Amino acid sequence: MENQTNEIAGQAKQAIKKETVAQVQNLAGEKYKYGFTTDIESEKAPKGLNSDIVRFISAKKDEPEWLLDWRLDAFERWQSMQEPNWAHVHYPPIDYQDLYYYAAPKSMADRPETLDDVDPELLKTYEKLGIPLQEQELLAGVKTRMAVDAVFDSVSVATTFRETLAESGVLFCSFSEAVQQHPELVKKYLGSVVPKSDNYFAALNSAVFSDGSFVYIPPHVRCPMELSTYFRINEANTGQFERTLIIADKGSYVSYLEGCTAPMRDENQLHAAVVELIALEDAEIKYSTVQNWYPGDKEGRGGIYNFVTKRGDCRETRAKISWTQVETGSAVTWKYPSCILRGDDTVGEFYSIAIANNLQQVDSGTKMIHLGKNSSSRIISKGISAGRASNAYRGRVSVHQKADNVRNFTQCDSLLIGDKCAAHTIPYIEARNPSAILEHEATASKISDDQIYYCRQRGLDAEEAVGLIVNGFCREVLQHLPMEFAVEAQKLVSISLEGSIG
Amino acid sequence: MSALLDINNLHVNVDDKTVIKGLDLHIKQGEVHAIMGPNGSGKSTLAFMLAGRENYEITKGEVLFDGTDLSTLTPEARAAKGLFLAFQYPVEIPGVNNMNFLRASLNALRRARGEAEMDTAHFLRFVREKAASLGMQDDMLKRPVNAGFSGGEKKRNEMLQLAVLEPRLIVLDEIDSGLDIDALKLVADGVNALRSPERAMLIITHYQRLLDHIKPDRVHVLADGRIARSGDAQLAQTLEQSGYADYGGEPKQIKADKASATDAGMVANG
Ligand SMILES: Nc1ncnc2c1ncn2[C@@H]1O[C@H](COP(=O)(O)OP(=O)(O)OP(=O)(O)O)[C@@H](O)[C@H]1O
Ligand SMILES: [Mg+2]
Repeated sequence: MENQTNEIAGQAKQAIKKETVAQVQNLAGEKYKYGFTTDIESEKAPKGLNSDIVRFISAKKDEPEWLLDWRLDAFERWQSMQEPNWAHVHYPPIDYQDLYYYAAPKSMADRPETLDDVDPELLKTYEKLGIPLQEQELLAGVKTRMAVDAVFDSVSVATTFRETLAESGVLFCSFSEAVQQHPELVKKYLGSVVPKSDNYFAALNSAVFSDGSFVYIPPHVRCPMELSTYFRINEANTGQFERTLIIADKGSYVSYLEGCTAPMRDENQLHAAVVELIALEDAEIKYSTVQNWYPGDKEGRGGIYNFVTKRGDCRETRAKISWTQVETGSAVTWKYPSCILRGDDTVGEFYSIAIANNLQQVDSGTKMIHLGKNSSSRIISKGISAGRASNAYRGRVSVHQKADNVRNFTQCDSLLIGDKCAAHTIPYIEARNPSAILEHEATASKISDDQIYYCRQRGLDAEEAVGLIVNGFCREVLQHLPMEFAVEAQKLVSISLEGSIG
Repeated sequence: MSALLDINNLHVNVDDKTVIKGLDLHIKQGEVHAIMGPNGSGKSTLAFMLAGRENYEITKGEVLFDGTDLSTLTPEARAAKGLFLAFQYPVEIPGVNNMNFLRASLNALRRARGEAEMDTAHFLRFVREKAASLGMQDDMLKRPVNAGFSGGEKKRNEMLQLAVLEPRLIVLDEIDSGLDIDALKLVADGVNALRSPERAMLIITHYQRLLDHIKPDRVHVLADGRIARSGDAQLAQTLEQSGYADYGGEPKQIKADKASATDAGMVANG
């Protein structure tokens, strides 16, 4: 099914009107703009989790035997593992038997051949979300073109610009399709950065992952456009377990962005993704995230549990991986995009803005594992807490004993709005080689009433004032986002803090 | 013609302490008034009350700005109506680029007034011009608002905001403190450039110096929460010599001789 499903994009040349990119209007004054539900019939796996469910998912995707075995092995390991409890977050126990592990729009079973055949309700959803699914030639200089893989619950609805990308040898498709079309690459790299039993949620994902994106950039190719995946959870009581695999071959470059939203619901929903990046010699991967899952309401009802494992492997000499994240959504976030600096002269970067408002809880940060000589890393973390939220930065910088001349610079800044929120900074440093130069700086500050008043005297209302101050606080990180998203992200930062004062 | 600012029998409490105790003040368009007075007499309180700071409670009397009861307006609505306060102690906002701040302010004011926002190119030229006229370096525009600015630089930055936002009622709270002599001249020139038949100004200062450059139409002495005395520009000079001893403040010179103390008394009573 996924095979043909994904064909639609390649053939979809007809335009859905320009309005596709129009932003969704503020719904009935709700602050969370993406909280609507798409009314669509979907096909689900039976509720609960056992090896039959794993087989069900694998069968849905026509997977080869080796992958089913891989999943079953992961499932077995998961069953003997414990949910981690060291993070600075609190939530009621998750009943893993009370979830659906697979949900796909029924209409996708009809194997739509072109975008014309895709259920209009689905297209409308992306229209409302402001995600372009038609391959439009945007005016040169105004906005670079962007290829999109749109994942709706457990399936990829469309992947755009695949033909254009194929001309330069870039492979960009849904994970399911990659399993069919490029099994050798998937087999070689899957689980090579995040082993299937790496942690509880990674093991769960390895057992039941549904869709996600796959990218391969051939040697010495600079990917001609931004690649992006847009994840949407729609179905209730459903977990989303996507899997992304990006391989940048020698001397190549790619910039990739993921975005995510979900409807507003009173129940919590689980999202446990795994992202693996592999950068070979002289390759560079820039991975940006704008995470805007539904955060729950003011009283902390509902929202997404965002338990994600993201790791990049600078596998060969001079490889570079840069993570940039803007985390504004989710009820609970547990996420540490990391870099293994295996090759000599490799570079890892982590630029993060994490916002926790109302009753949101964030425990996020990074790990920089220095194995190669002269490897260097840079961590810039900006945490913002408002309402009654809790926001923790957790980071680890470790230097292997053979890794000479390692350098790390870490800067962790916390900004507090109001006096009922909390910020924590938990850095771990392990240096087993005396030549390492590791710098750590941390600051904590508060937006004062005087600052807000000063802005208001100059004509800004209190929320604009907070937006301005917070955006100033995060500017250094925002600058690392692809241009097209910097403005959107800046708005998102302001919106997610609405109602945080006064 | 009614005044741009009408303050009638105003009483203000700050955190339950009565600071303004029956103040009357009327400023017409085109006029420049100066307020002098001892430390702690309520000058800044008056300024903050006008600009709508929280916890400044009017217990009696009224304040009308262009006929509107100010107490009904939020601080930002007052700003949109054209009220500007240059702070005695300008606030630092780390991380927020000065230029961006000015732009956000100007555009917020314009939006509130139903005007179009100023485009970037036009805005940059406009601000650079104003900054140059105040002797400010371009790099101050790129730095975070007031963060790490010297005392005098902060005051100049207040003047820059004033020049860019072009308000109708200007309240300057000790804009001259901390300025060197050259900067004082530049700031005074800046204030004078803003004098116009539509605008009114209320200048709070301790020093005659500033008023030498900006000739006020009226000078008031604020003492213990009330206007103790009003006069023309000459009054400022008298105060410079005599101090506030007879307004409940400290005598100007601790070892003042009898004669000058008597002079001051005569002025106060005369
Ligand atoms: N928040 C507050 N709580 C209690 N008292 C206050 C508060 N703010 C001001 N006051 C008091 O009100 C009085 C007037 O203060 P204000 O700052 O208006 O004086 P000022 O005339 O501006 O003095 P200066 O010349 O030193 O600037 C002072 O006695 C001050 O201590
Ligand atoms: Mg004062």
